[in-house]
Amino acid sequence: MSLNQNNRSRLVIALTFLAALFLSILPGPESARPFRPDWVTLVLIYWCMATPQRVGVGVGWTVGLILDVLYGSLLGQQALAETLVAFLTLKLHLRMRMFPRWQQAVTVLVLVAISHLVVLWISDLVAHTPVHWSYWTSSIVSMLIWPWLFIILRDVRRRARVS
Amino acid sequence: MLSSPGWSLRTPSVLTRFVIFTALSLALMVVDHRGQQLARARAALSVVFYPMEIAATIPARVGVSLAGMFSGKQALREKYDRLAAKQVLLEARLQRYDALRAQNTHLRKLLGSAALVADRAVVARILQVNEEPFTREIIIARGSRDGVRDGQPVIDNHGIMGQVTEVDPEQSRVTLITNPGHAIPVEDVRNGLRTIVFGTGAEDRVAVRYLTAPVDIKVGDLLVSSGIGGTFPFGYPVARVTSIVNDPNEPFLDIHARPIAHLEYNKEVLLIWPVKTPRWPLRRPSTDGLQLPGTSHGH
Repeated sequence: MSLNQNNRSRLVIALTFLAALFLSILPGPESARPFRPDWVTLVLIYWCMATPQRVGVGVGWTVGLILDVLYGSLLGQQALAETLVAFLTLKLHLRMRMFPRWQQAVTVLVLVAISHLVVLWISDLVAHTPVHWSYWTSSIVSMLIWPWLFIILRDVRRRARVS
Repeated sequence: MLSSPGWSLRTPSVLTRFVIFTALSLALMVVDHRGQQLARARAALSVVFYPMEIAATIPARVGVSLAGMFSGKQALREKYDRLAAKQVLLEARLQRYDALRAQNTHLRKLLGSAALVADRAVVARILQVNEEPFTREIIIARGSRDGVRDGQPVIDNHGIMGQVTEVDPEQSRVTLITNPGHAIPVEDVRNGLRTIVFGTGAEDRVAVRYLTAPVDIKVGDLLVSSGIGGTFPFGYPVARVTSIVNDPNEPFLDIHARPIAHLEYNKEVLLIWPVKTPRWPLRRPSTDGLQLPGTSHGH
């Protein structure tokens, strides 16, 4: 292996974000739209919690900006939401590591809901958007998927020895 | 090395970085919302992530071709019969269309207006449907290299779907008529009433706004593009009125309509380059008995 530990960690983190972005733009039926978890935010929360020295506000902002480009939304909209999520996770990461899994999932629900709220506020400021209850089911699905995603990403982190 | 004690002293604190990036996001949003300066940067970034958008459509395409592989002989046979029957029907209809077109051209010549030349159209494949809630947008596989331009109308074989709002070299973004920020000038086929159809963000509903109570509009009315504003050519079906609610507490009628185009089902769409023609009413108001063939509609 010519990659040293540092570069390999970066590569693994980048690949997980790439996978999350890919899942976010995967075309799907209209009826499944409210049940799609917010993959990018979940992966961001995980890395901010597990490796706060590598992934933080800057990475959150960059990933958010890419999401803006892919979604075609106002540039900076998702970026702001992901920045906020990264910041809050960094502030909470020591506590979140100690939480039992279900409590962690609830914290994730709050974080994802906050990011969705920020996006909603901005879209409402720019152009009035009707709010449907199904807008929030995505946060709940994100919460339900968190424990499984956590296990997968932890496994990835241990195998690739990302630190 | 990164976790050495001196590290936190040399780089700005988390809070500082949060404030910096928040300010950066806000500045970006203001600039992006106000003007077109960021359009080029966005186009460049889109090109970078173009392979990813293509890759994201692969599972769906593989699914479609797999489904084709496993569909049985019986199903194919049935489909063939259905298509053959439809072909006959369409050919019969086309004969009538040719005659009508010749007649139309002739009548227009008589009236001294320019002959109606059919709008140029090109088929475009849908690459991706925007998954962000409320943004009713699709991305199609035609771009500036195919001559696509900003504001160009997009239709399907039923009616108007929307307009191009962002053009890249290989693909472009189409804002559908159901997008909350979209408005299209229309007229009622029955009586020529001019109004505007707004997107609501819902997939199967658009709104007709700013009409006050004593107005002649009925459930079942067909609304076609009026050609006013110049973006959309005249005469393409847009929506059919589905409900009219007159709430005395509201200044305007609450009118909903269902888009005619199959916005959620298409695999292919048509890009048209409209030919400038003078606006031409399908039917004059209050002339009972005078009805052009092919404009019959139920109430």
